[in-house]
This record gives sequence, C-alpha cells and structure tokens, in this order.
Amino acid sequence: MRTVNVDKVTEAVREMCINANYFLSADMKEKLDRAVAKEESPLGKQILCQLQENLQIAGEDKIPICQDTGMAVVFLEIGQEVSLTGGDINEAVQEGVRRGYTEGYLRKSVVGDPLLRENTKDNTPAVIHYEIVPGDQVKITVAPKGFGSENMSRIFMLKPADGVEGVKNAILSAVREAGPNACPPVVVGVGIGGTFEKAALMAKKALVRSPDESSEIPWVREMEEELLEKINGLGIGPGGLGGRITALAVNINTYATHIAGLPVAVNMCCHVNRHAVRVL
Amino acid sequence: MEKHIQAPLLEAEIRDLKAGDYVYITGTLYTARDAAHKRMQEALDRGEGLPFDIKDQVIYYMGPSPAREGRPIGSAGPTTASRMDKYAPRLLDLGLKGMVGKGKRTKEVLDAVIRNGGIYFAAVGGAGALLSKRIRKAEVIAYEDLGTEAVRKLEVENFPVIVVADRFGNNLYETAVQTYRKN
Repeated sequence: MRTVNVDKVTEAVREMCINANYFLSADMKEKLDRAVAKEESPLGKQILCQLQENLQIAGEDKIPICQDTGMAVVFLEIGQEVSLTGGDINEAVQEGVRRGYTEGYLRKSVVGDPLLRENTKDNTPAVIHYEIVPGDQVKITVAPKGFGSENMSRIFMLKPADGVEGVKNAILSAVREAGPNACPPVVVGVGIGGTFEKAALMAKKALVRSPDESSEIPWVREMEEELLEKINGLGIGPGGLGGRITALAVNINTYATHIAGLPVAVNMCCHVNRHAVRVL
Repeated sequence: MEKHIQAPLLEAEIRDLKAGDYVYITGTLYTARDAAHKRMQEALDRGEGLPFDIKDQVIYYMGPSPAREGRPIGSAGPTTASRMDKYAPRLLDLGLKGMVGKGKRTKEVLDAVIRNGGIYFAAVGGAGALLSKRIRKAEVIAYEDLGTEAVRKLEVENFPVIVVADRFGNNLYETAVQTYRKN
C-alpha cells in the first residue's frame, strides 16, 4: 500500500490557499476576456476591464484578487490504496489553511461559533469534504469561497410535477434575486436530484468544475447552454449595473433522486471562482 | 458623466449627482461593516457618541485583507451593503452623507437617502486589488479587536465609484437592468 505523509497535505493546502487567492485560473480569465468583447453596455464593459486590470495587479503585487479571501472549502479524494501517515488528516488540512492564510496575508473571515461570532484569527476551520475513490493517489482541491455570493445561494425542494420548467425557473429566480449582490458576472453551480445535502454538495462541486467543461449528459449540457443564455437575458450585467454579461458559465451536476422529490440547489459564485488542484 | 468630488462631502459638489454618474472621490472614507455597525448602534442606544464625527462623512462597507510591509492596506473592495441596512437609516438621520458598498438597499435606506440628501455609491465588487491602489493611508481608529472589521480611517485619491441611489429617488440597479433585459 502506498503511503502519503500528511505533512505533504499540509504543505499543498498552504500553497493552494495562497495561489488560489492571488491568481485566477486561466479558464476563468479567458471567460472574462471573451465577456469584454461581448458586453454592449459601456459601463458594463468598463467594469469588466477593471476586473481584468484587477487580476493583473493581484498577480503582480501578490495581493488577493478580492479582500474576501473566503472560507476555505477543501475536497479530498483519497485513493483506497493509500495509507495516510504522520498524523491526523483533518488537523493536517486545518494546519495548511492556518499557514496559508497567515503567511499569504489573506483575510481571516471565519468566526468559531455562528451565533457567538468570535473571529478565530487564522481562518480555520476549513470545510472539508472527504471521498474515498479507487487508486493510490490523493487529489486535493482548495476552493476559497467568498460570502457575497454564498449568501445569495438557494435550495429548492421542488415537486416532481414542477419538471424541467420548474427547475429552470428556480435557477433563474435565484440569479435574479442575487442581482448585484453576488458580484456579477457570476458562475452558477447547480445540483439537481439526490437529497437535500447531496444537491447542495453537487452545486458546490459544479463550481469547481472548469467553466469550459460541459456536462457529459446531453440534456444537461443543453440546459447549461440554455440557462446561460436566459441568465444573460436578465439584463443584470457586470456589477449589476446593466448589461449582457451576467454569468460566465452555468455548470450543472445531477444525481438519482426519490420518487417524491426534485431537489435543486443553486450555488452562486462571483467571477473570482477560485480553485486550485493538486494530486499527491 | 464623470465627476471628481471631495470627502467629507460638500453639498455644492454632491447636490447634482445622479444615479449613473461615475465619480472619483478624494479625501477621507471611514470603513465599517457588520460588527462595527452593531457596536455603533449599541453605543447610540447607551447614549454614547460614535467613534468619529459622522457629519457629512462617507462610510465604506469594507473589511480589508492584511497589508504587506510597506503598504497601507491589502485588498480592499466593497462588501454587500444590505447587511448594514438595519443600521444605515439611523446614521443618515444623524448626519452621515454617503455610503460606498455593493448591492441592493431596502426602501428604508433609500427613503433615508432622499430625506437627508444622502447618496449611495457602488464600488466594483471583486476589484479589491485595483481599489487598494487608490488608498494612500489607512489607520484603525476604533474597535481594533474586531480585526478586519475594525473602523479604519482611509485617505483615498481618485477612488472610483458609481452613483446607484440619489436624493431624487433614482436607483440605477432598477433602471439599468430594464435597459438590457430580454425576457
């Protein structure tokens, strides 16, 4: 059995927290570049250009793209033929987040208790999702999530009779309601099916998927394309100040569900759709 | 239209500003977000004063990332203004003139803007690195224990904002969207 020391996980998480906050992935950057050419509103175009300039300054000056450097969401896909050694894996991830947010001059945005609300001062704990997969590798995805857009996310427990139209309307209503608050242009992550929590997790995972990567299921792919067009017809535009570019991508994940249900989760993300991936 | 104004705000410079105007602010902004607003509200409830004289001032809804050595501030873009809606009307009635943030406001806030000749500006959400370049100085003046949520006095130069809601009742978030709506 292959062994992986958890110290390596700590180091990878530390570095990914920092890099994800300074550098936007090439696929997201390219989406933004293409959006500038398509935007018809002069103010909208100006805002998109500011966002491009912002990315450049962030990368050059090593300053976070956005001051909301997020709550760290970490996905760990652990191969079933891997033995993790050297300590507690959960603590190893938290230590990586702690070091990354401290050494990288990232904002500490986490309160230890949702009601007592005292800042933990090192951005821990992260939200960690574990998955056991075939193989002998460990895949780590770090996705720092800002709350301007997280707060505008929604879950709908629709009825089977609501059907495809009901699903589309739910997604459109979430984006419409989010309006300027989610810092458009946005990326819309959607989870359809499963249970209450499965739908939400699928929506989160949809955000981590590249905006260039469509669903492999034909009807889902069509829905992604149709919804992107409909969302961009809402007129919200960059900064919510009017325009053609409200969303850069719509990513949908689906799963089996119960005969009585049709859960739909919509996880909103601003254009700073940060994620870093590393395989150990 | 593009305009240059000073902060604290001068009546002569802001009375004609309308939703949609692109404005560059030079002068002083005070930062405050959720936790600082809660404390200011509690101070007022106890009959105490605010940590700074808010007359004609502008509050920037912002909590920065930490500054690197030699820099005044880290990334410094706007946070969602609606979370401060509960507190804003009272501050406007006490003399606050301007707010910089992002996102929709409640009718109560918009009414208070009209009633007091105030103004609500949006800065571009997600442009924190760019906006930090327009901040020359930053100093924590109250609630230091709140970390990023402490009240800071900022000196800004040509800080770019857009008028969203003005004293005439215009709201750019409502009108601009209509222009580009297809369905």
